[in-house]
Amino acid sequence: MSGKPRLTYFNGRGRMEPVRWLLAAAGVEFEEKFLETREQYEKLMKDGELMFQQVPLVEIDGMKLVQTRAILSYIAGRYNLYGKDLKERALIDMYVEGITDLMQMILTFPFLPPEAKEKNLESIKEKATNRYFPVFEKALKQHGQDFLVGNKFSWADVQLIEAILAVEEKIPAVLSAFPQLQVI
Amino acid sequence: MSGKPKLHYFNGRGRMETIRWLLAAAGVEVCLCGSLLFQQVPMVEIDGMKMVQSRAIANYIAAKYNLCGKDLKERALIDMYVEGMADLNELIMSHTFQPAEKKEQHFATIVDRATNRYFPVFEKVLKDHGQDFLVGNQFSRADVQLLETILAAEECKPDILAKFPLLQSFKARTSNIPTIKKFLQPGSQRKPRLQEKDVKRVMEIFH
Repeated sequence: MSGKPRLTYFNGRGRMEPVRWLLAAAGVEFEEKFLETREQYEKLMKDGELMFQQVPLVEIDGMKLVQTRAILSYIAGRYNLYGKDLKERALIDMYVEGITDLMQMILTFPFLPPEAKEKNLESIKEKATNRYFPVFEKALKQHGQDFLVGNKFSWADVQLIEAILAVEEKIPAVLSAFPQLQVI
Repeated sequence: MSGKPKLHYFNGRGRMETIRWLLAAAGVEVCLCGSLLFQQVPMVEIDGMKMVQSRAIANYIAAKYNLCGKDLKERALIDMYVEGMADLNELIMSHTFQPAEKKEQHFATIVDRATNRYFPVFEKVLKDHGQDFLVGNQFSRADVQLLETILAAEECKPDILAKFPLLQSFKARTSNIPTIKKFLQPGSQRKPRLQEKDVKRVMEIFH
């Protein structure tokens, strides 16, 4: 008896957000356990629930998965969001990893000292508009399909939309030069 | 027509080293180009694709050469192990780039994480199932990664495996696998540890 996947994390985006997105995109209902005190976290570690003493933790299909990428890969594979073959998977992986690099900058943003924030925001904007978004704009333009890979909804599409919305929260006009991405 | 995979990177370990290990473990010959063509390195030309993002590259190689376990659940286990080790590896790799006043503290962190967080997990895994390989009684990328990480950790502290007898025998056993053994010989594509004197040059290339 498996039941719904259960996510253990603090009540915020952080490293768990992509997991929430992916499960939602796959139409999978999940439960959440929020860590609100240090004691709760320490208890999890003491009970041996966390393989490397870290969260996110996702209990799914009888496994206690940690490490965000391992969790996401499993969900993508399990719910057919990982392309139809090895080469499509390679493309999805490349796109996802690129987006993750961008998201990492956004993830760390709240924790920066105030004087570093302005510069970091500039850096996010620069990377988004010069390095990352052009790649996806071009991919969509070239094949003219609705989805990034293999004409089929995949993990790459989920990750991209999450990233676009996250960047737009910081830089509302970021998509002004990317008509294809606006349609997404 | 595929030909040999081509690796584009600078002549050091960095993010390409794990890929070199995987290709070597799978017995795949590569062609070295060493040039920095694109904005992003590592870059590997393989099977008609120009791949970037070291994890994407490593995933592709591992899956192509059957180093990913036999099903989704084994792959999940392998991925967890590999990601954990990648964190430790990253920590070790960043040591050379630490400013002088932080080095001692950083070294202590490496030793603490290795001996209290990561190595105990794998020692226990090997103890619990008593098999030669980490997952599914079959050689996988998790084994390759563990050996790579153990050797990197030992370069930091030669007796770091003192409390881990099973990891010691794992190291000996895995080093003897023919493809791995070949990779560990001088003259292979394995890269040496980054020296202090090279840090400046690397920073110039990448920053």
